This record gives sequence, structure tokens and C-alpha cells, in this order.
Amino acid sequence: MTLNALLFQALNGLSSASGLFFIAAGLSLIFGVTRIVNIAHGSLYMLGTYIAYSLATKIGGAFGFWGGIVLTAIIVGVIGALIEIVLLRRIYRAPELFQLLATFALVLVINDATLWLWGPEDLLGPRAPGLAGAVEIFGRRLPSYDLFLIFVAPAVLIVLHFALAKTRFGRLIRAATQDREMVGALGVNQAVLFTSVFALGALLAGLGGALQVAREPANLATDLIAIGDAFVVVVVGGMGSITGAYLAAIIIAEVKALCIAIGVVDLGFMSVNFSKFTLVAEFIVMAIVLVTRPYGLLGKPQGMVRSVAEPEDPIRPATPMLKGLGAAVFILLLALPLLAQTSPYLMILAIDVLIAVIFATSLHFIMGPGGMHSFGHAAYFGLGAYGAALLVQLAGFPMLAALLAAPIIALLGALLFGWFAVRLSGVYLAMLTLAFAQIVWALVFQWESFTGGSNGVIGVWPSPPFDKSWVYYLLALALAVISVLLLRRFLFAPFGYAMRAGRDSALRAEAIGIDVKRIHWLGFAIAGCVCGIAGGLFAFAKGSISPEAISVGRSIDGLVMVLLGGIQTLVGPIVGASVYATLQDTVMRQTEYWRALLGLIILVLVLAFPQGIAGALSSLARKLGRKPGGAA
Amino acid sequence: MRAQAYLYSLAFVLAAGLSVPAAAQDTIKIGELNSYKSQPAFLDPYKKGMELALDEINSKGGVKGKKLELISRDDGGNPGEAVRVAEELVTREGVSMIAGTFLSHIGLAVTNFAGQKKVFFLAAEPLTDKITWQNGNKYTFRLRASTYMQTAMLMPAAIAAHAKRWALVYPNFEYGQAAAEAFKTLLKKAQPDVEFVTEQAPPLGKVDAGAVAQAIDDAKPDAIFNVLFGGDLAKFVREGNTRGVFKNRTVVSLLSGEPEYLDPLGAEAPVGWIVTGYPWDKIKTPEHVAFLTAYQKKFNDYPRLGSIVGYTTIKSIAAGLAKAKDLSADSLVDAFKGLYVQSPFGPFQYRASDHQATMGAFVGKIALEKGKGTMEDFKYVDGASVLPSDAEVAKLRPAGAN
Repeated sequence: MTLNALLFQALNGLSSASGLFFIAAGLSLIFGVTRIVNIAHGSLYMLGTYIAYSLATKIGGAFGFWGGIVLTAIIVGVIGALIEIVLLRRIYRAPELFQLLATFALVLVINDATLWLWGPEDLLGPRAPGLAGAVEIFGRRLPSYDLFLIFVAPAVLIVLHFALAKTRFGRLIRAATQDREMVGALGVNQAVLFTSVFALGALLAGLGGALQVAREPANLATDLIAIGDAFVVVVVGGMGSITGAYLAAIIIAEVKALCIAIGVVDLGFMSVNFSKFTLVAEFIVMAIVLVTRPYGLLGKPQGMVRSVAEPEDPIRPATPMLKGLGAAVFILLLALPLLAQTSPYLMILAIDVLIAVIFATSLHFIMGPGGMHSFGHAAYFGLGAYGAALLVQLAGFPMLAALLAAPIIALLGALLFGWFAVRLSGVYLAMLTLAFAQIVWALVFQWESFTGGSNGVIGVWPSPPFDKSWVYYLLALALAVISVLLLRRFLFAPFGYAMRAGRDSALRAEAIGIDVKRIHWLGFAIAGCVCGIAGGLFAFAKGSISPEAISVGRSIDGLVMVLLGGIQTLVGPIVGASVYATLQDTVMRQTEYWRALLGLIILVLVLAFPQGIAGALSSLARKLGRKPGGAA
Repeated sequence: MRAQAYLYSLAFVLAAGLSVPAAAQDTIKIGELNSYKSQPAFLDPYKKGMELALDEINSKGGVKGKKLELISRDDGGNPGEAVRVAEELVTREGVSMIAGTFLSHIGLAVTNFAGQKKVFFLAAEPLTDKITWQNGNKYTFRLRASTYMQTAMLMPAAIAAHAKRWALVYPNFEYGQAAAEAFKTLLKKAQPDVEFVTEQAPPLGKVDAGAVAQAIDDAKPDAIFNVLFGGDLAKFVREGNTRGVFKNRTVVSLLSGEPEYLDPLGAEAPVGWIVTGYPWDKIKTPEHVAFLTAYQKKFNDYPRLGSIVGYTTIKSIAAGLAKAKDLSADSLVDAFKGLYVQSPFGPFQYRASDHQATMGAFVGKIALEKGKGTMEDFKYVDGASVLPSDAEVAKLRPAGAN
């Protein structure tokens, strides 16, 4: 490959970086000030492309295109402001991360609304008037629009930089990023500040989406792709740093362009296709950056957020009455197979619910009492599932042995990744877990000869007598009860108290002799191990396992279950998992627009139960003067 | 605490589980599952095609005096979910057979489910060869021409190009990898001196089109084999056109002539590409004209290839049910072996040897008419003409699959 070719690919990388920068900059601003992990940011970006397409084709001409891009940015900005005013403002007092649930619901609703408004077909916009052609550089043709993109991102960066550095609004944003309570205490109207920051972030996302209209078709899958990329860029650059976001966007885009430029390389004993690494390049970059620079390239340690939510009750052991009730329900669940004789599907759904319960409870173990928000819990689910399936297929393990091995394999993965992850905290920890999950996913996806690639491992069915669904259900029930009780036991042991102490005040915990990092590392490993049980059960319940089981979607499902149930209660994840799994099953049958319906139901639940379902029930119980069962 | 949770989950489970609709005696229930949300561009017309076929069959009194009842579900776009939905269709809805699926890995998971639970499954769209060959089983049949077949249909044109240096670009998952592999093997056999100068395998839905197009151009190929489709294809074509990558190069491309993927390109449709596809406005055979008229009358829209697949899926099922002696899976398998079906593309057969339908595809060149992409110089290639012989596929299928 010639030097010119390489330099030219670097230019391609620069123009791709522009798209990444716009969406990441907005996300970074919003997170910095409001501390909201806005999953719907990708949806705003997608809306930008669709709206710009409509304006460009309906109005037409140079004004329709260029004017349309500006107009689109404003429209999306207004949508952002509305989201903040109508929805998010109502739940700022909820426990940390709860707003994530609301924005997740928005993703579902916006996607279906877009499908309804614009239809299912990809919509390729017109070429940019005035920039439709190409310019010759290094003897190659670079689209003039790409050249324009290369310059527009730094231009916006400079404008933003001066706005943040020189204007009053910018000073407020920087102040709020550092200490938003102090800003509030000094008499700044927080509501207005939050709304305008959210609108500005949305505007940038809309602008980024609109600018892509001349390069790629408006497509309904853009929302999730964009949000995934944006998170990586924001974290690599450092949360809250706009310049960092630009730098990160360039690094990631250039690494990808380089992989593509190298193409297939013959190493003598094997040939490696580097273009396949674009799948995982950004996550490897993220993992390296986070391991070496915990706050991203240009980020600073996150400012303290004094929680605005109601303080969490200490957890209490179950009262005898509740123990009795628990036993009664357990017996009822044991009798469920009798009921299922008339409707066999009950067993299949119940197995799925139990798997979800184990998954969510193990995630809650580190998220709630551990205070470590894992965005990549699917990694351990996947390790357990793949471990069990591969042991059956390649090593000829019997089913029960493979099920026993699943948590061990997940444990090993969790020990390895956890060792790095617990060195970080807050959103950086969350993102590093996500990066590890994506790396596991990519490994499974790429290593075709071993894992079956995109097809996964097929044909791992339970051996008799477990091939009858009611027997398998009893097995799942037994494992679920053991998992839940085991995790509870850990929480009421000194280990659990130490873990919570480390969460609430790392400094004081260290001072009384608790090795917080080690305790959290072990907590992380235990959660991963238990999650592996769910993975193993899943593989045999479905008879196959594919990379989807490790995807970001599953990790987010876990977060949704925990938050829906209530992060501050121990039954929260059980309630959340049961409700979410059954809800999904029911809703998917109801309507063509099931995603919007699911999103709306979650929104209603979010507004009705800002502490999660179980959290709300336990508060209610307390208000009625009964014993606070739900909090125990 | 836990008690509460169990009570609520129990209530939910019961509410969801006990609402079993009473089965009507005078209908035959067909379960159908597909990735309606993740692949709407193909599956929206597919659903319409199914509706049209159902209308036609039921207005004539159904099959053996029983009307067909279609129960359609979203499979959530992932294999685990798809297996659950399939179980739901079988155990709760009590369907006699299942059909559908789009992506290869989901099709494979449901294929395996069908084999394990002995349920009849007609894979409508997933293209992977494994469904009928390596992972084939007794209970699974497939309608759509497989990856291997579609690639083989393009071989005569690829060989006729007499190009020595080829570049390949394909989405990095089962379908793309299999197509690239089949293409390389077949071309190497026909033209031993062929050289594959570069292979670009971008992730599905995330192609970095500018860089990929440039890398292909830098490898200086004489010809390009493309497997990208959907949004990836649109990005690739626009970048490639602007950068002059396709100039003076033969491009052979899978599926790009299908209206689902060709129409979004509008006036930028890459003229001269040799593709498999569906020129819906130019096929004048009586059976297609009849289908086209009925479709346009019902939906006031033109059919896409998905419409053909949906329509033919239901027609195949009706034909199979008419031939089967009862509704058991084994009888359906017997009925589908060698079953003849009338389709808008003409008659075809489900082979007894590997359960693959011989429905073919149209191969032609992309042209531009009135600012829209279309196909010219096309001909219908019968699937039977590109499939390996019965003896050869018998070696590919696992023992006991027939």
C-alpha cells in the first residue's frame, strides 16, 4: 500500500469523525450537567436524518437542503426541550440512573413513531447542492461533501468552545458540570438550565443526523448504532469534555479507516482480514484508554453529586411473617406444573421469567448494594451460555455437568474483567464493563471455527428427563431460588456490609480497614458467577445460543429490569424481571406497534413509580404504618 | 419481599398463560414468525403478500373445506426470542405448522427447534445453505433460493467478464461470508488463474462506505463482487459513484435488483451491475400479471420481492395441506416432498432430497429509466438448474435428515 493511499484514508477517517463528534458532543454536555445517561440520544440523531430528508425532498433545491439542515437542528432541539420538560423533569428526584429507564422507553416510542410516519423503506436523501461532486487529492477522488464535513466539525467545536468559555450560559454549564447543587444554591434556575442544556444537546444530535442526509439513507436501525458509537466516543474523550469528544472521534474513525485500508494481510500461516476488526475497534480503543487513563483522554474525575433522591433505607432481614409468605409462594410455584397441564406454554414462559430473575438479581447485587453500574452484564450471561453449550458440543459434557460449569466460566470472566473495572467508578466503570462485553461479543462473533460465528451454537437441548418442560421448569426454579437466597446470604454476611460500606463511603471504609477494591472485585465476580447460571439455563431452554445473547440489548434489558423493580430494594429485581419478561411476551402479541406500546407502558410505570415498582410498594406499606416489608 | 415478588409474577404468569383462545374447529391454524421490527423494508411487503394469498385461498373456500388462519408474530430479531415465539405458537395457539424467519441465524435456530420438537417448519426467507444442507432436518423445508443458488446464478456473468483481479465486499455475518466463500470456490473452479485482490467485510448495517470504497479502488481490481444490501448498499453505491470506483469495472452483485434495495437508490442506481432481483413491472408471464394485478388492486402499491416470498409461502402451505392426508407433522413432510407449487414466477418443486424449493430468481443488468433503477436484459434462472444433484446433497445433509 502506498503512502498516498494511507494519507487519503486518513482523510476519509476525518470526515467520518465529524458525524461521531456531533452526536457525542451533545451526549457529553447532557451527561455533564444533568447526569442523565440519555439512551434516546441516538433516536434524536436518527430523527435528524429523517426530518432533514423530508425537508430536502419536500422543499427541494439548495434552500431545502441547507436551510433544511439548520431547521432540522432547531426542530430536534425543540423536541429535546419538550422531552426534558414533559418527562425527565418529573423524575430528577428518583434514584440514580432511573432516568435511563425513561430514555430507554423513549427509544422504543420514537422508533415506532418514525416507522409510522416515514414507513419502512430506507430513504436516501439528495446530494448536497453545490457539493455533489468530488475533488482530486493524492490522485484520488474525495467527495466534496466529505471535505466540507472535515471542516464543519472543528468549526462547531470552536464555536462551542468559545460559547462555553466566554458566555454566561457557558460558565453556568461548566459550573453545573462541576457542582450542580452549588449552582442551584447560588440562585441559578436549575430547571431553565437543564432544559436549555438538554435542548442544546438534542440540537447537536439533530444537526449531526441532518448532515448525514447526503451520505447515507435514513434508516430505522440508526438509533441504536449511533448511541453505541456516541457512548464510546464520549467516554474515550472524557465525560463533559467537548474537545476530548472531538479527539476521541478522530482516533476511533482513524483506527477504523486504517483497518479498512490494510484489508487482508497474509501472515504466511494464516491470512487475517483487518476489515473485520472494524466490528470491535472502537471498544478495544475504549478499553485501552480506560485502563490506562481512567477518566478518558481529556476528562476530569467526576464531580460529587450529592444524591437528590430519597436516602436509601438500610436493608433488613426478612421477618418471620414474610419468610412464611415466601415459603407459601414457593410451594405455589412448585405446584405450577399442575396448572400447566391445560396450558403448556405457561411452563415455557415461566422458565424465561426465572432466567430473567436470576439475570436481574445478579445484576442488582453489584448495581444496588455494590454501587457498580454494570452496562455489560450480558458478558457473563453469554460466557455461561456459550461455555455450557460448547462443553456439550465439543467436549461431550452431559447437561447437568455443563450447567455446573457455566457459572464457573462466567466467574473466570468476571474475575478478569472485574479486576480492571473496580479500579474505576461511576459512568466510567459502566462503560468499561460495556467495552468488555462488546469485546466478548466480537470474539464470539469472529471466532467462527470455535463459536459458530453469527450462527452461534445450535442443537443443545436438555437431556431426558429435562426435555419435558415441566421438569426443566423445576430445575430452573430450584436454581433460581438457590441463586436468590445465596445472593441474599452474601448481603447479610459481613461481606455484604463491607460492600455497601465501600459504596457509601469508600474513604471511611478504607479507614476502618476494609479493602474496598478487593471486596468490590469479589462482589463483581460473585454477580458474574450467578449470572452464568442464567446463561446456562438459557442455552438449554432455547436449544441454541447466538451472539445476540451477549449484545448491548441484553445488558440494557437487565438494567431495565432492575430499575423497573426498584434499585433500592432486594425484591426489586425479582419483581422487575417478572414484570418485564411477561410484559414483553404479552405486548409482542398485541399490536404491530408493540415497541411503542411497551415504551408507553414503561413510561407510565416510570412516572407512577419513580422508585421502581417494589420501591413504591414498600413506601406505600410504610405509609400505611405496616412493617416495611418491601425494603427488606 | 420475595413473597410479594412471587405473588406479582405469579399473577402475571397466570394472566398471560390462562388466556388461551378457544380453538375454532373449521380452520387450519398456521403459525408465522418474522423479524418485522428489525427488517421492515422487506417484511412489510412480505406480510401484504401473505394477506393476498390468504384472501385468494379462503375466498375459494380454503383447503379441504377448512379456512386457513394465519397467526403472525414478531420474533424480536433474535434467535432466543424466536424459539420462545415458536414454542408459544405451537403450545398455546396450537398451530399445525410454523413458517417464516428472515435472518440466517434465526432461521437456523428455528430449524433446529423444528427438528427437536418434530414440528413442520417452512423457512420462507433465510438464505443460509445450512438450513437445507449441513443443519438440515426432516421437518424443515425452505422456499427462497439459497445463498449458494443465488451466487451460482451469477456465475455465468462473472466468468464471462474474463476479469483476473476480483475484489469482494460483503457484510460480516453468515450470509455475507457464505456468499463470498461460494463465489470464490465456484469462480476458482471455472477460472483457475483468478486473483482475489481484496476482501472487505464491514459489520452489517455499519459500513464505513467511503473508506471501504476507497480501499477497493486502491486494490485496482478488474471486477467487484458485492454482497452488501439495504442501507449498507445505498451508502456504498453513493460513495463509489462519487469516487468513480465502479468506472470501467464489472460489478456482480447479489440481491441488488430487488425493489427493496434498488428503489431507495433512486437515480443513483448503479447502471450496468449484474444482479439477481425482481423486475416487477417487466415480467409479462400470465401467472405474474395475474398476481401483479391482484396485488395492486388490493394494496394500491407495487409488489417487492418480499411480496412474492410472502405470497408463495402461503400458496406452498395451501398446496402442501391439500396434498397431506392429515395435519400431523409427518404427513406434512411427506406431502412437501416433491410438492409442485404454482407461483408468480411459474411452477416449482420442493425437492425430496434436500427440502429446497426450486423457485428461481431473475438475473439481469441494472438500468435507469425515468430516474429510477430497474433491470434490463434479464432472464429467469430456474433454481433446479443451479442446485447440486440429489446424490451430492445427500452427502451434505446429516444422517437421518430425510
